[in-house]
Amino acid sequence: MKRRSLIAITDLDRADVARILRTANRFSEVMGRDIKKVPTLRGRTVVNLFLEASTRTSTSFELAAKRLSADVVSIKGSGSSLEKGESLKDTVLTLEAYGPDVFVMRHPHVGACRIAAKHTQAAVVNAGDGKGEHPTQALLDLYTVEREVGPIDGLHVAFVGDVLHSRVARSGIAGFRMMGADVSVVAPPTLVPRDLEDALGASVSADIRDIADADVVYVLRMQMERMGRGGHVPSLREYAARFGVSHERLRPGQRVMHAGPMNRGVEITSALADDPQALIERQAANGLVVRMAVLYDLLAGPEDAPAAREALASVTAA
Amino acid sequence: MSGRLVQRPGAPAGLVIRGARVLDPAAGIDHVGDLVIRDGRLGGRPDGLEVIDGTGKVVVPGLVDVHVHLRVPGREEAEDIATGTRAAAAGGFVTVLAMPNTEPVVDSAAILGSLLETGEREAAVRVGFYAAITTGQQGEGLTEHGDLADSGAVGLSDDGRPVTSARVMLRALQYQRAAGLPLVLHEEDPTLSGRGVMHEGAISTRLGLEGIPSVSESVQVARDCALAAYEDARIHICHVSAAETVEELRLAKARGVRVTAEVSPHHLCLTDAAVEPEVDPARFKMNPPLREPSDREALIAALVDGTIDCVATDHAPHAAQLKDAPFEEAPFGVIGLETAFASCFTHLVLPGLVPLEVLVRRMSSDPAVCLGIPVPTLADGAVADLALIDLEAVERVGEHPFHSKSTNCAFTGEELRGRVLLTVANGQVAHRRTA
Amino acid sequence: MAKVLVDADQFRRTVARIAHEIVEHHADPSRVALVGIHTRGVPLARRLQGLIREYSGAEPALGTVDIALYRDDVGVGGRRRSVVPVVGETQLDFDIADHAVILVDDVLYTGRTIRAGIDALFDYGRPPLVQLAVLVDRGHRELPIRPDYVGRNLPTSRAERVTVHLTEIDGVDEVLLEEEAS
Repeated sequence: MKRRSLIAITDLDRADVARILRTANRFSEVMGRDIKKVPTLRGRTVVNLFLEASTRTSTSFELAAKRLSADVVSIKGSGSSLEKGESLKDTVLTLEAYGPDVFVMRHPHVGACRIAAKHTQAAVVNAGDGKGEHPTQALLDLYTVEREVGPIDGLHVAFVGDVLHSRVARSGIAGFRMMGADVSVVAPPTLVPRDLEDALGASVSADIRDIADADVVYVLRMQMERMGRGGHVPSLREYAARFGVSHERLRPGQRVMHAGPMNRGVEITSALADDPQALIERQAANGLVVRMAVLYDLLAGPEDAPAAREALASVTAA
Repeated sequence: MSGRLVQRPGAPAGLVIRGARVLDPAAGIDHVGDLVIRDGRLGGRPDGLEVIDGTGKVVVPGLVDVHVHLRVPGREEAEDIATGTRAAAAGGFVTVLAMPNTEPVVDSAAILGSLLETGEREAAVRVGFYAAITTGQQGEGLTEHGDLADSGAVGLSDDGRPVTSARVMLRALQYQRAAGLPLVLHEEDPTLSGRGVMHEGAISTRLGLEGIPSVSESVQVARDCALAAYEDARIHICHVSAAETVEELRLAKARGVRVTAEVSPHHLCLTDAAVEPEVDPARFKMNPPLREPSDREALIAALVDGTIDCVATDHAPHAAQLKDAPFEEAPFGVIGLETAFASCFTHLVLPGLVPLEVLVRRMSSDPAVCLGIPVPTLADGAVADLALIDLEAVERVGEHPFHSKSTNCAFTGEELRGRVLLTVANGQVAHRRTA
Repeated sequence: MAKVLVDADQFRRTVARIAHEIVEHHADPSRVALVGIHTRGVPLARRLQGLIREYSGAEPALGTVDIALYRDDVGVGGRRRSVVPVVGETQLDFDIADHAVILVDDVLYTGRTIRAGIDALFDYGRPPLVQLAVLVDRGHRELPIRPDYVGRNLPTSRAERVTVHLTEIDGVDEVLLEEEAS
C-alpha cells in the first residue's frame, strides 16, 4: 500500500494545513510535560536521507520521529553510496529493503523527492529539494504566525530579499496564499524569478519602503553559495543598505521572521535578529512539533492520496 | 561536391499500392489511384507485383530529417545506426542526417569515413553525417572543412552547443566559400542560458528550476544572421523554439540573408506547461526547452508562412537510467523519429492549424532543399521514396515498443493519430507495419 | 435502521446511578479525578462531576485524555483508515499522584481505547488507583479490561454498531443500536 507523501506545500489543501497545525498544537502540550514522548509510531521506521548539508532540519526531524517513538536511521550525504555514483533510484531501492514507513529527504536537486516516491511504498517528506520546495518550513511558519500573530486569513506577509534561490520563499508564498494571506515580495529585481506574480500570486516591488503595510516581514537569507560569481547584486554592502531589514525600517507591531541561518548585517541587522519582537526563535522551536504533526498525519491517515483527499473532504464538509 | 548518403544494400521494391490518395504537394500531385513501384522506381506495369490495399490511406514523399542523433560512436547503449535508421523508417523517413556531437566528436575525415562505412552496412534508410565546425566542438579551431567536404560530410555543425565566439563563427562563414558546406547552427548565448534547464517563465519560477530565457536563442540567431549577411554565407538554424527567434528570422529573410531554419515536433506541439504536473518530467527536458503557448503559436505560424522552412526531430536518445533522475541532473533531449508525423498531424493538422499539404512539404521536400540533398518525389520514374500512412489509425505512444533503443519520448502515453504502414526508402522497403 | 436502546429519561437515570456508585465507593470524592476520554467521555465526566458534587458536597477533579497518540494501529498497513484521527486535548490540571483516577468513556468494546487511555495517563504521572466508568458495555473484549462502573450491559453482535448521543454534542441523550452498513 502506497503511503501519502508531502513533497510540495500544494500537495495539501487548506483543510489539510489546518488539521496539521491543530495537531502540532497538541504536540506542543505534550512537549510541556515531563515525559516528552508518545508511543504513537512505535515499531515504525523513519529514514532521514539528507544528501545536502543541514543540521537544524535533520535534527528537528530526527527528534520529531524519536518523540513519536519511531526508529530513526539517519543517512547523510557525505560517505553515502550516492557519492560513489549510485543513482538516487538505487539508493532508495536499497533502503526500501528495510521496510521504512517514511523517507525524510533533502536533496540538492528539484524534484528528487518525486523520483524517490516513485520507487518506494513509504511516505516521502520533502525536507528541501534544491531551489524547489520546503513544505515543512512553510507549515512551521504558518504555525508560528497563527500562534504568535493570529489568524492568517487577511494578514499581509512581505517576503524580502533573495526569492530567486529560495525554496523557503517558494513554499512559503504558496502556503500563506493558500491560507488566505496577501503576499508581496520586496527584492532587487535581479533576485526575483521571472513572472513571479503569475507563478505564485505575489505582488513585486523593488522599494524596501513597501514593507510598511505588512503585518509580517519575512526576511530571506542571501544565498551567496548559490550565486557563484553571478553578480546578482552589485555588492552586499549595497544590498544591506537598500534591502537590509532593520528596526529603522519597521513600524511598531510588525513581526519579523527568518528561516535561518542568518547573515547578520546583510539581510537583517544583528539587533533586530535578537529582538524578542522577532519570531525567529519561535520558528526554530516550532519546527519540532510541526514535523511531529506531519509524521503523524502521513502515517495515521489514509494510505493512498486520492482516496484520502475524498475522505478528508467529506469530513471537512460534515 | 555534395554530401554522401549511404544505406545498406537491399532488394529493389516491387509493389502496387492500390486506391490510395497520392499526395506530393511540391510536385503538384494529389489524386486517388494506384501507385506502382517496379524495380525500386515509380511507374511501370503492375502485373506480377504484390498489391497493397491503400484505400483510405495516403502516400506521401518519404520524410527527410536533417537533425538526428544516432549516438555513434560512443553512446551505443542509447542508439546506433541500425536502430536509429530503423526508427526513422518506422516514422516514414527515407533520409536522416546525423549530428557529430558523439564521443569522440566527428571532427576528422577518419571518423567520418568509419561512420559512412558502418552506414553502408547497417542503415535501413539513407543516412548522412555532419562533421563538427570546430575541433572537438570546443568552439576554437576550425576542423578541416575542405577535407571533410571531400570525405562526404553533408554539412558542419557544433550542435549540442553554440559556437560562442563571433570571430570563430565569422571565420567558418568565410571559409564556406572554399569548402562549400552549409553551417548548421545550434543557437544559444551561454552567458544567458547559463545553467538553465527549462524555459524561463512562470513555471520555472514555480518549480524553482533555473530558466533558459528565450532571448538566449534569439540574440545568437540575430548575431549569426548578421555575420552570414556580412559574408554572404549560407546558414541553417537548428530547432527554433522562441517567438523572438521567429522575428529575427523574418527580418533576416526580408533582408535577403541566406538563412533557413527548422523546428521540432515537440516545440510545435507542446509547451512548458507539460513539465509541471509530471511525476516524470525529465522526458520533457530538451535544449532548447519547451516554451510558452505564445511561442508555440509563433512557431506554427512561421512554419505555415515559410519563415521556418522545415520540421526536424532533433531525435536525441538517452539511456533510461540517465533520464530517471532529478530534472536538473537528467540530460537534455527526447526521441522523435517514430512519433514525428503522428504528433504533428494530431496537434497541428487535425485542429486546423497547419494544412496537411504544408506539413507534408515541411517534412519531406523542404528539409531536403534546405540542406541540398536529393528531394524525394512521387513523380513518375523517380526512385521510390515514400511513406504510406493511415490517417485514421490511433495509437497510444509507448504501447507498441519503440524501434529506437531509447524511450525518452515526450509523447509517451498520448493517443496520436496517423500510423506509418509502409516506408520505401531509396527504392527499398525499409519498414512495413504488420500489426 | 437505528433502534433506541436507551432514551433520554433512562439515560439520565443511568448516569445518576453511576454517580451514586462512585460516591459509595469513595469516602472522599474530592480525592477522585474524573478523566473523560475524547470525545464523548469528556461531557460524561463533567456530568458525573456535577452529580457527585450534588450528592456528596465534595468536588472531584476533572480532566480529559486523548488517546490518538496512544493507539496501537497508527501507520499499520492493511488496516485502511479513511481519515486522519484528530488529536484532541489532554488536560490533567491536578496532581495525578494524589487522586484516584476514574476514566470515563461512553462505550466499552474491545478495550483498546481504555488500554491507550491508561498508557496516556501514566505518561503524566503515577496515580494511586485507576478505575473505569462506562455508559455502555457492549462486550467483545480483546484485552483483559473490566469496568468498575457500568451504566448498561448490552449484548451485541460485532455486525452491530452502538452509538451514544449526548446533548452537549449531538443535542439529544440516547443510545442507538444500528446494523453496520457493509
